Order: sequence, then structure tokens, then C-alpha cells
Amino acid sequence: MTNDVSTRDDRWQIRIRGLHKSFGAQQVLRGIDLDFERGKTNIVIGGSGQGKSVLMKHLMGLLQPDSGQIYVDGEDIVGLGDVAIAKVQRKFGMVFQYAALFDSLNVVENIAFPLIERYRLPRSEIMERVRDLLRRLDLDNVPGVEQKFPAELSGGMRKRVGLARALVDRPEILLYDEPTTGLDPIATQNVDEMIRRTAHDFGVTSVVISHDMASTFRIADRIAMLYDGTIIACGTPAELLKSPHPRLREFVEPSGAVKFGAPS
Amino acid sequence: MSDASAAPTNPGNDAGEMTTASVVRLVGRVFAPLLGAVAIFGQHMILLGRAFTWLFRRPFRLRLYLEQMEFIGVGSMPIIMLVGFFTGAVTALQAITALAMFDQQRWVGYGVGVSLARELAPVFTALMITARAGSAMATELGSMRITEQIDALTTFAVNPVHYLVTPRLVASILMLPVMTMVFNVVGLLGAYIISILVYQIDFGQVLELFRHWVDPLDYVQGLIKSVIFGVAMALAACYQGFNVRGGAKEVGRATTAAVVASSVSVLILDYFLIEIMRVIWPPQGM
Repeated sequence: MTNDVSTRDDRWQIRIRGLHKSFGAQQVLRGIDLDFERGKTNIVIGGSGQGKSVLMKHLMGLLQPDSGQIYVDGEDIVGLGDVAIAKVQRKFGMVFQYAALFDSLNVVENIAFPLIERYRLPRSEIMERVRDLLRRLDLDNVPGVEQKFPAELSGGMRKRVGLARALVDRPEILLYDEPTTGLDPIATQNVDEMIRRTAHDFGVTSVVISHDMASTFRIADRIAMLYDGTIIACGTPAELLKSPHPRLREFVEPSGAVKFGAPS
Repeated sequence: MSDASAAPTNPGNDAGEMTTASVVRLVGRVFAPLLGAVAIFGQHMILLGRAFTWLFRRPFRLRLYLEQMEFIGVGSMPIIMLVGFFTGAVTALQAITALAMFDQQRWVGYGVGVSLARELAPVFTALMITARAGSAMATELGSMRITEQIDALTTFAVNPVHYLVTPRLVASILMLPVMTMVFNVVGLLGAYIISILVYQIDFGQVLELFRHWVDPLDYVQGLIKSVIFGVAMALAACYQGFNVRGGAKEVGRATTAAVVASSVSVLILDYFLIEIMRVIWPPQGM
């Protein structure tokens, strides 16, 4: 890692330095230092209530930290004004845990929403981009899918429509908030496959928040473990397996997803 | 208390401070609910201010306004007509019974007309629309909150107050007076059927007294009230829906709170608005 975080770095797209955040008396983040690698799948693991979602909301500027910096392509996004933060937000797409599709809009309107809100594009171009995504995410083989409302879709399809909505404005970075929560093993593998394929096909940097160990070790290029508001372990899966932090071992071993080497 | 021994030159002071502190604590405890109420009122006002600020910012999203106006207005038409008709009919029935004591049934048009215009139409319309549209607003915004749809809006740089609250508030302000007038018309129809068709009171006299004594100002006052009721209803519903935390149970609780807060504030506001309007437009003969 280079030390100069305030210039664009070819390897690291997002660099977090000394991030602190409290809600009232509760300290949620206590000095996070973390880098996310460009074009790779970066996964942040941690138990419930360890601040994963809070961390993710900071990345998009939805929460302001008490102190610390977040550099996206070398630009510190902390404390930016409305217009500047909106510009940074366009680099991001967010895939919510339960898709968070708008109930009152159909599939096409949901996917087109970011384009309609952000730009004045001709309808034909919007439809072209929406249909292209429907095709690439295998949603076009369901008859009449374009006019369906979220309530008429299965959980897996909703997730893919949510992904399409996140991708439609061609983001550089995709954030996934616990994408496999509440899915059966087959559906989980499908989502894993979807994340991996999206990273490959669209060339995006993926940041995934997860507590699903099996899928984390399947798809991650880099893993960071958040515990009690700090990052206690960070590296490639192989690096983490070689010299696991005791907490990481505690967290990962019960799932039986991976085998650690001998404790160092 | 150890301070008292540390400052023996001024023994009374510490005891005095303690009394002051405990009085402050006691007052704090007594007024805590009041303070909470003031804080919540303040949060409503902040939401109102933000919603109005966003009204003048682009994009205007006319479709959202029309959808809400359709829901609050057109959607409430059947219930408003039903309630309006029977309110007019029942008021006429009671007025005729009372007026019959003096053999003055021809005043029924005036009695029903002025009651509807000033009180019954604005208040009943606000209560019915609260029950129907206010509850739906709170539920919709509440479930959007718990399913992260409101967070999703923010990620597309769309302000949720701009997108969700402003259209509902504006639609309520525009549609409540319209529905109040519908209530008035249908109420008069109900009164007509009871007094003219059922009780065979002379229509010419009823109409003449109605025209002479019911002032357009009565309608103006009723409509002013309905605008303010519209603000109260939309604000209570949006505030409760917007601030849901947790799960489905919380959405239900927010809906109940929205309906209760809105209904109560309509009735309380009604009283104060009458008092204010009596100052602005003093009733004749007083």
C-alpha cells in the first residue's frame, strides 16, 4: 500500500483512513483503516452489530463520520456538499439486502429510475439500456417481466432486478449489503455466481458486506474482518487462512466452510 | 455532601444548591412529557419546512402530485359522498324536529347549510380522509422505510422528503377543500330529500332563507379550515411513516399513531381556528 492516499491509485480505488463514528454513547466505528482494490471483489465480514452497514453507508456519503477520511479515486468524500456528493454517488451502485425495489413501480421503471432521475435521456435510449441489462442478467426469459411489479417476482428475480437497477448507470463500484441473507444454499450459489459474473462482465469494483463464510471464501479476492469497530484482519483469502486471527477463526470455523492452517 | 465539610465557612450554600438541584430535577420530571411533546411538534414543523422548501426545487415530478391527488381526492369520493349524504340527512332530520316546536321548519335549509359549511363538512371530510388516505400514507411510507426503499432513493441522490412528503402534503392541501365542497353539495342533497321530499316543507321558503342567510363567508371559513386540516393530516401521516424503525409491528403502530394524532389535531385545531376566525370575521349580532 502506498502512503499517499490523496491521489488516484491504480490498484486501490477506495481508501479509508481513521474512520470514527458514534451514535450517542455507542461507538460503532473506532478507527477503520481499509483499502478496496479496483476491479476486485472485496468482502467485509463481521458479526451482527459490528458496524458493517454503518461502514457501507459511509462509503456512499449517506452517513458522515465523526472523524476520518474516505478517498474515492483520491478524492476525500467526507464533508462534500450536495452537488459534489451526488457526483461521487454516481460512481456507486448499491444492491440492498432485500433488493429495496420500489413497490409502486414496475420492473422497467425500477431499473430506469436512476437514469430518469439523473439525466434527460430519450426514452428509446433508456429502454435500450434496460433491455440490455434484462438480457445480460437472464431476466428476459420470463414472459412479461418488464411490466411486472416487485410483489409478483420471486426473491431471486427481485435480487437480479435490484442488481440491474444498481448497474444501469454504469457504476464503477458496486456495494452489496448482505446479498445472501435468507437464501437457501442453491440460491446462495446463484447469487455468488451473479456477483462474480457481474464483477467480470462489467469490470466493477465490488464491495460486499457479508456474514456468510462459505460464500465469502468462494468469491472474495480480498477479505477484511470487522470486529468491535476496527479491522482485525485483512488480506487475500489465502493470506487469512495461513495466519488467522483468533477472532476470525472463532467466526469462520463453526461454518465449516474453510480449513485453516496450523495456528501460527 | 463532602463538599459541605470542605467549605465550612458557607454551610448553608450547599444545602441551598442541593435543594435547587432537586427542584430542577423535579420540575424536569414533571415537565418531561411536555418537553417531549414540544420536541415532537418541533420535528413536525421541521418536516413541514423541508417539504415546502423542496416544493420549489427541480425536478418537479408532476406525476407524483397527480397520483397523490387522485388517491386522496378521487379515491375518497365514494366515502365522502356516502358520509356527506347521511350527515346532511340526519342534520336536517334533527333540525326539523327542533324547529317543529316553533312551527319554523322552513329554517331547515339555513340550519343545515350553515352547519355543513362551517363545521360538519370540513371536520368530517378531514376525519374520513385521515381514516382512508392518512392511514395509507403512514403505512406506505413506513413499509418503504423498513424495506430500505427510502435509503434506496437517497443512493440515487433523490431526496426522500422531496420525492415522498412534498407531493403528499401538496395533494392534501389541494384536495381537502375540494372534497369538503363535495361533502357540502351532497349533504345539501341529503337535507333536500329529507325536508322537501319526506317532510313536505315548502321548497321556496327553505331555498329563500338558505340563500339569504348562508353567507359565502361561511364557505370560505370552512375551506380555510380544510386547508389547515389537510396540512395536519399529511404531516402527521408522513412524520409517523417516515420515522418507523424496526419491523411490521412498528408500521402498524405508526399507522395508529398517525390516525390518532391527525384526528385529535383536527378537532383541537378546529376549536382554535373558530376562535381566530371569530376575531377576523366577528359574527353578526355580537
